[in-house]
Amino acid sequence: MSAPVDEVLLRDLTPAVLGVLVRRGADFATAEDAVQEALLSAVQAWPAERPRDPKGWLVTVAWRKFLDLARSDAARRGREDAAYGEPPPGPAPSVDDSLELYLRCAHPALTPASAVALTLRAVGGLTTRQIAAAYLVPEATMAQRISRAKRTVADVRFDQPGDLGTVLTTLYLVFNEGYTGDVDLVAEAIRLTRQLATLVADGGRDEPEVTGLLALMLLHHARRDARTDAHGRLIPLAEQDRTRWRTDLIAEGVDLLQAALELDRLGPYQAQAAIAALHADARTAAETDWVQIVGWYDELLALTDSPVVRLNRAVAVGEADGAHAGLAALAEVDPSIPRYTAVAAHLQELGGNLDTAGRLYVDAARQAQNLAERDHLTRQAARLHLVLGHG
Amino acid sequence: MAKYLLLKHYRRNAGPENLVDIPMQEWTPEEIDAHMAYMGDFAARLERNGEFVDGQALSPEGTFVRYDGAGRPPVTDGPFAETKDLIAGWMAIDVDTYERAIELAGELSAAPGKNGEPIYEWLEVRPFLTEPPTVSE
Repeated sequence: MSAPVDEVLLRDLTPAVLGVLVRRGADFATAEDAVQEALLSAVQAWPAERPRDPKGWLVTVAWRKFLDLARSDAARRGREDAAYGEPPPGPAPSVDDSLELYLRCAHPALTPASAVALTLRAVGGLTTRQIAAAYLVPEATMAQRISRAKRTVADVRFDQPGDLGTVLTTLYLVFNEGYTGDVDLVAEAIRLTRQLATLVADGGRDEPEVTGLLALMLLHHARRDARTDAHGRLIPLAEQDRTRWRTDLIAEGVDLLQAALELDRLGPYQAQAAIAALHADARTAAETDWVQIVGWYDELLALTDSPVVRLNRAVAVGEADGAHAGLAALAEVDPSIPRYTAVAAHLQELGGNLDTAGRLYVDAARQAQNLAERDHLTRQAARLHLVLGHG
Repeated sequence: MAKYLLLKHYRRNAGPENLVDIPMQEWTPEEIDAHMAYMGDFAARLERNGEFVDGQALSPEGTFVRYDGAGRPPVTDGPFAETKDLIAGWMAIDVDTYERAIELAGELSAAPGKNGEPIYEWLEVRPFLTEPPTVSE
């Protein structure tokens, strides 16, 4: 009898197994390779006989692989055999081992792209090939990116609780740029953030931004099916069929957000989740509470002072107080940032200046950074062209 | 990360005056080898950095093709050995910033040519269009 291996279970166990190896004194880079090999062995061996203790099985196999790798490495360098006969007794593995792994793989010394790649492999348990395919680069390129990243963080020591900020940034990047290939990176980002939230809670820590990020992801993920039509065309928020939003994800996201906000330590992810929750709360686009949304953008601006937030705030102001106020808010935004022209076009249309809006949609399409948005803006320009009777 | 296409047009109008626009067939074999080695090393270094996506050289001779109505074979035109907009090849890179893309294009433009002098070739840097972000507001 053989059943397919539960790959999500395997990947869930990855950080704990790697944490045990590192705790036993294995060097991070070799241990990480050993865990990858153990995962591959599991995929081959488990369909025939699923172990009763999957994590114990993985630790045993990964440790054996690690010894092989360490010995051949030592032999290659002509040194004495590595001193890894028996696992040295050490403190019992704890949730901190897994948490430390998150911190190491998103260490501030890494570039964001390197942190993403290393996190997906060492924490997420994805293969280099899967990560390369997801980011549309050759496997050799991704292998180099990962091994450089491993070398960068190999000697990092975690004597004190690290900063979770770069971990959250890394997970947000995986979520936001979740290209769909063989692996669903959006789902993977949610899985890893959920796991992180559990680790943090099991460690007895209150980290409302971790919860806030998970809420943000769930609230946006809830809209995924409604965001594009059958032909892959982008459907803007105002035109989405809200009956296609996932109410289970919205309910979970709202609960998480409320729990986070009760701790009264607001951060950017909680504020963004609050905006997404207000959209989720409106049964129709017309019922959207734009005044409250503007309030949350003000909070977000106070926390981040980001030009992108300023731009999105101008959209909300336009909806809350009219096109004139929206354009006034837009005047405070740096015109060189992406999507500025698209927002200007939208606000001009809202204000009834269809000629100007039409011209701006054409410009915005030319400046778009992704294909779906470019096509959407081109259709907006074409729609106004027809309305204005040029057709 | 963002992907950029570095397009080689073989368009040069700078560098030592007497070396501008000397076609490759007028270089010595050693100069050609040095040029090719530079390109190869450049690509290998990008791969080691985790920044390489693809690179190809193109034959200079191309053919223009277009549809010519139902039931008719496509119309072809050319080949044109000399066009003003010759694309000699490309390299696709995946880098952290736009500034990094410009830096790399500048290095590629410094490949050695006649007398080992940098060729000062113009490279066109074009961003790839991406997938839309998940978070939209």
